[in-house]
Amino acid sequence: MSRGQTTKSTASLRHRLAERGIDSSLLMLVPALIFAVALFIYPFSYGIGLTFQPSAATQAQWGTSIFANYIAFFNDPFIFDSIWLTMRLALPVALFNVVVAVPVAFKLRHKFVGKKFLTILLVLPITLGTVLTAQGLLIFAGRQGWLNRFLLDIGLIDAPLALVNNYLGVVFSLIISGFPFAFLLISSYLSGIDPSIEAAAKTMGADWLQRFRRVILPLLAPGLATTFILTFVLAFSVFPSARLVGDAMGSTRVMALMAFRAFGEQNDYPMASTIAIMMGLVELVVIAVVLVWRSFMYKGSTGGKG
Amino acid sequence: MSHSTSTFDSLQLKNVGRSFGGQDALVGLNLTIRQGEFIALLGPSGCGKSTALNCIAGLLPLTHGEILIDAERVDLLPAERRDFGMVFQNYALFPHLTVEKNIAFGLQMRKVPKPEIKRRVAEAIALVKLEQHATKLPGQLSGGQQQRVAIARAVVVEPRLVLMDEPLSNLDAKLRLEMRTEIRRLHLALGLTTLYVTHDQEEALSMADRLVVLREGRVQQIGTPEELHNSPANAHVADFMGYRNLIDLTVTAVDGSAVTIGDHALSLRGTACEPVAVGARVRAAIRPEDLLVVPPTASARGDNTVSATVTVVEYHGREFAVGVTTATGRSLHVRSDHPPVVGSTVELTADPARVLVFPSEAIDLDSLSVDERELAEVRQ
Repeated sequence: MSRGQTTKSTASLRHRLAERGIDSSLLMLVPALIFAVALFIYPFSYGIGLTFQPSAATQAQWGTSIFANYIAFFNDPFIFDSIWLTMRLALPVALFNVVVAVPVAFKLRHKFVGKKFLTILLVLPITLGTVLTAQGLLIFAGRQGWLNRFLLDIGLIDAPLALVNNYLGVVFSLIISGFPFAFLLISSYLSGIDPSIEAAAKTMGADWLQRFRRVILPLLAPGLATTFILTFVLAFSVFPSARLVGDAMGSTRVMALMAFRAFGEQNDYPMASTIAIMMGLVELVVIAVVLVWRSFMYKGSTGGKG
Repeated sequence: MSHSTSTFDSLQLKNVGRSFGGQDALVGLNLTIRQGEFIALLGPSGCGKSTALNCIAGLLPLTHGEILIDAERVDLLPAERRDFGMVFQNYALFPHLTVEKNIAFGLQMRKVPKPEIKRRVAEAIALVKLEQHATKLPGQLSGGQQQRVAIARAVVVEPRLVLMDEPLSNLDAKLRLEMRTEIRRLHLALGLTTLYVTHDQEEALSMADRLVVLREGRVQQIGTPEELHNSPANAHVADFMGYRNLIDLTVTAVDGSAVTIGDHALSLRGTACEPVAVGARVRAAIRPEDLLVVPPTASARGDNTVSATVTVVEYHGREFAVGVTTATGRSLHVRSDHPPVVGSTVELTADPARVLVFPSEAIDLDSLSVDERELAEVRQ
């Protein structure tokens, strides 16, 4: 083709469309499209619509504007404070999962005796449901649980530690279910970094801390951001454990619980939708912050099998 | 680059070995490298040459032996404290750092003052002619440019020893020749002691002061390029040094080192590299360039000849590479200054001094399985 001017293509329309990725293989996307529309787009739009149709009770208390639900959300401290309560759980848990998974994944990169066993042990909690985890925690760490009785027996403590039915209980439960994901994700990101890059840093005189800080961490940063986002979202939408091992009306009165309360106990479906939408917005804000941070990091290939 | 770092008189590898789970990858490597020498470790893939390099670099712990620099043990030092520079086969550049920062990395690790880092990095970039690419990321460079960065990065710290692990194997043929000259030029300019791993005999012969030929983890021969080229120590080294014609024959006459070898169809005079007796099975090694087609115009039969049928003729510019088959079905690679007709019978001639005769490695037929024995008999 000559530079500066385009020659008219003589290929058939079908051929030209195929060149742009439009051909019959697009039909393979149909099932996914049906599911997306039926199970996400339609209910989601419907839910947004509901938030602008406040119930009579809400209108009586917060005015008749179509934004009454949102006015209620921001002005009712009982509801609004749940953002902070959820954040207080999800942020430290997500941070802990990422920060602790890094050294573990690092160690498990290399072959050693018992590596497989340890990996299985770390990933196994994925198979446990939240309810099972919560049940286990109650039995293990409750006031009369094995842990407290053991600590009392050996004289390490005088009174049972309050490890469940409070903030700590939910943190434990979220770590148990979220850590395996963080570990698996970071392991795969780490294996995407060509080991010879680290070897090169080594031959150039960098000790392990310098290698980690100057080479591994910058290359791993995008993966850490993604992992953080995923474990954060997982923890932010916490519901069953907040109720089962938490203090549902106190320190772990999370947003999901508030939405459930509006829907299940007060029959206020529009308010429940509003809380759900706000939950999504808060998550989006956190994700946006993380992605902005990530955009300052190197994003290209890491040389490995990626 | 004016800064001379710690130099040494000799680097000694003493009985260096490495095994992986009972499998020996490298056995008894003894080598003394003098300051400023360019040594090539040569061998086919899986011969242990990369293992040797990684052991010396400190990326793999030794399982046997020791490495000494002027009587000081370095094999116990971790890689980051050996002060060696390494060029990796896949370059292993830091993908998130610019060319400049890649090159500066080693200097920063050594806590060199900033202005000096700046000066030395600029010098190194000029040395590998990458001035226009100094602020680019490795991903924006071609393979050859990336390799230049890798080399600059390894030499900028003026290490005691530069290790290169098949640095040219990922480049195309033309670039490989260019970089070969470039590396040689750098070595002469900087005088850095270099250990270069390659599977390419031509590369090794053209660049190195001395070659170490490895096979199955064991040293076969250590010598200058001339020594290896002209007098390989055994048939394996000969094979690796471009003696493409390896013919299994029997000794029919011995006169000092001059021997006559042959089978029922052909007879050749050659030079024995080790004493052999009449009746012994031997392997003759001849380079294609030393086995020539006798021109039809030549007077009658030449001296020391074999007749064979032409099967393939390739044009190589100044000469022809010819594939021939002897009466007993052996395929030989020979050279000719004229294009012989495919299917015709030609006479081949060789200088007896260039026909190297090595004793065959004894194959104990009884120790082989039935299949292997049949194969061995077919080969004979």
